Amino acid sequence: MSGSMEFLLWTKGPMFDIALAIFAIGLFARLAEIFLLGRKPNYAEPRAGEWLPGLRTVFTRTIADPGTFQRASFNVVVGWVWHIGFLIALLLFVPHAELIKGLFGIAWPALPNPVVDLVTAITLIALVATLVHRLTHPVKQRISTIEDYLVWTVVFLVVLTGYLAYHRLVNPYPVALGMHILMAEILLIILPFTKLTHIFTTFIARWYNGAAFGRKGVQS
Amino acid sequence: MEQLSVTLGSKAPCAGKPQDHGHTLPILHEIRHALERLIATGEETRIDLNAMPFGPGDLDRLRAWLGTGEVQASVSAMGLTLIQETAIPGVWLVDYQNADSQRLTLHIEIAPVPEILRPQPQDLAEAIATLDARMDEGQSNPPRPS
Amino acid sequence: MPVRKTPDKTLGESLRDHGLSRRGFLKFCAATASMMALPPSMVPVIAAALDAARRPSVIWLSFQECTGCTESLTRSHAPTLEDLILNIISLDYHHTLQAAAGEAAEEARLQAMEDNKGEYLVIVDGSIPGPDSNPGFSTVAGQSNYDILMETVEHAAAVIAVGTCAAFGGLPQANPNPTGARSVMDLVKDKPVINVSGCPPIPMVITGVLTHYLTFGRLPELDAYHRPLAFFGQSIHDRCYRRPFYDRGLFAESFDDEGAKLGWCLYRLGCKGPSTYNACATMKWNDGTSWPIESGHPCLGCSEPSFWDAGGFYEPLSVPITATSGAILAAGALGAVVGGAATVLAKKETKTIVAHRQPVTVEELEDKL
Repeated sequence: MSGSMEFLLWTKGPMFDIALAIFAIGLFARLAEIFLLGRKPNYAEPRAGEWLPGLRTVFTRTIADPGTFQRASFNVVVGWVWHIGFLIALLLFVPHAELIKGLFGIAWPALPNPVVDLVTAITLIALVATLVHRLTHPVKQRISTIEDYLVWTVVFLVVLTGYLAYHRLVNPYPVALGMHILMAEILLIILPFTKLTHIFTTFIARWYNGAAFGRKGVQS
Repeated sequence: MEQLSVTLGSKAPCAGKPQDHGHTLPILHEIRHALERLIATGEETRIDLNAMPFGPGDLDRLRAWLGTGEVQASVSAMGLTLIQETAIPGVWLVDYQNADSQRLTLHIEIAPVPEILRPQPQDLAEAIATLDARMDEGQSNPPRPS
Repeated sequence: MPVRKTPDKTLGESLRDHGLSRRGFLKFCAATASMMALPPSMVPVIAAALDAARRPSVIWLSFQECTGCTESLTRSHAPTLEDLILNIISLDYHHTLQAAAGEAAEEARLQAMEDNKGEYLVIVDGSIPGPDSNPGFSTVAGQSNYDILMETVEHAAAVIAVGTCAAFGGLPQANPNPTGARSVMDLVKDKPVINVSGCPPIPMVITGVLTHYLTFGRLPELDAYHRPLAFFGQSIHDRCYRRPFYDRGLFAESFDDEGAKLGWCLYRLGCKGPSTYNACATMKWNDGTSWPIESGHPCLGCSEPSFWDAGGFYEPLSVPITATSGAILAAGALGAVVGGAATVLAKKETKTIVAHRQPVTVEELEDKL
């Protein structure tokens, strides 16, 4: 009855391969389609260059403009908090950095664990706050779809299982770690087919916007 | 046999003092609490140092913190047990060894006198009988001073 | 047959017969508490229990194993092997250690089973070719391992699986498992099974479990893998003296870099400490001299199930077992092809729609109204 270790090895072995394959095929298919379809040719004479405004917009849109901030300060602040928290936990936790190094051979320094632990706890609280907000805000309530709740659940469970595994709150440990890896794999699998694709498309969309503005000679 | 040449390009202190792993301070605090209990209520405490996740040098560091006191004793029963008072009154190091001088376990005992030095109650109960027996035997066959 | 029955004397009587003083007994109990990973405050309880304890009869069965577990046991120094087999248990059958051989040896096993029916302990080291395997893969006195195990266990009080092979299948069960090796708990369902895993287990843990049974007359508290919590309750990682370096992000990157020499954390060199439960960090090896991590080598995770198949010993725990960047690139390339095809289809569809577009006239709209 060594089921839990077999489960962990399954998540680290065959299941990881399957998830990564679906993720890579799905993501590249979507990106290839976006780039190959491109935009309709614009025959109007350009007033200015496209590249610089396009690149600038990729960065400037990261900060919400004052109007957006006043209208939806909760979205901006809490959104920022959990996105940054998620990225720190994803990229700067030692085991995650090792995983990336093991897969791609690229390495970077990681943060001390207590820092990542605190950031993860804040991320979890912020994620719960976004759900409460979505369920109580009259407009958000009406525009939310099944996909929104699915994506929230998967992202939340990835962080939660990671937190539980780190603190060994689930026994035996292989189950805790295996659950975390499995949730991350589910995230990878649904990523190309849900709004999670924004991890990659946000920057493409911003570039297209900025480039279009630049061409027209308006502020980007 | 040809000697292997080894290049040492490291600045790390290989043979130097081992790193401090921060394991001594919690034990010193535990001893402090135990001393408070001993003074307030007379309750004795034993800490099993074998159960501590010590790294190289940690035990020596702890012993250096505790220092050496005036009393040294040894009990010869099932191998030696070495007792050393530390510089802190009431704090003892009790090193239990087997007949081959291998350490069975190492305790810190916070007590007026370590348990193993005191006569056991059952033995004490038999003390007078033991003395009487020896006196009776001494009447007929006086022991020779060695 | 000069086969010993379980002696009627209690341990206290037997030790006093050997001339052990009360101080000596107290010391014995202090060492026992330490060995069972119990706090020193338990010493009086242990003393009272041991004084009245009676030695259990033990039958030790060796199957598909390397004798490393027995080798480990012989290195126990508290109690020593002599103390163990003379005072703590009555070891009535053990291939390697017993003097008898051949039929006399097998007779000793059957006699001990008969004399101590329902009360003897069975210790198993090594995995067992399952009931569906070729019985000839491993035999003793012409009898298959499986048959001997089932026969011996039938009237046992409990079974102790010593070593990772007996506990979880171990090396013989590693992929592709040519002998169909199974663990004891895969096969023995109707008796309590205690797993003392490790390759080999720490000698003091083997003797500790036996002493626990002797002291308290019952089996110790177990974890989800049937391992005694007193020894397997905490991970190597949580008890590791190098843990502060892990928390501070200080890692050895290779076996001879500055970090390795300064004794930093070995996670990046493949240490399986975080997923491994064992007592190495406190009990250590070779009479408490050192243990793998203290000597600068990452933990292999030898006390966990499937540790042979759990990825490279020198790959960090979080690295997947089979995936490679090449495979990801291949999948990505396939994805790009799929995306290209989707683009072509979409463009073709747009063209068809444009080509077949039927402009709606005002008259047609008015007709519909």
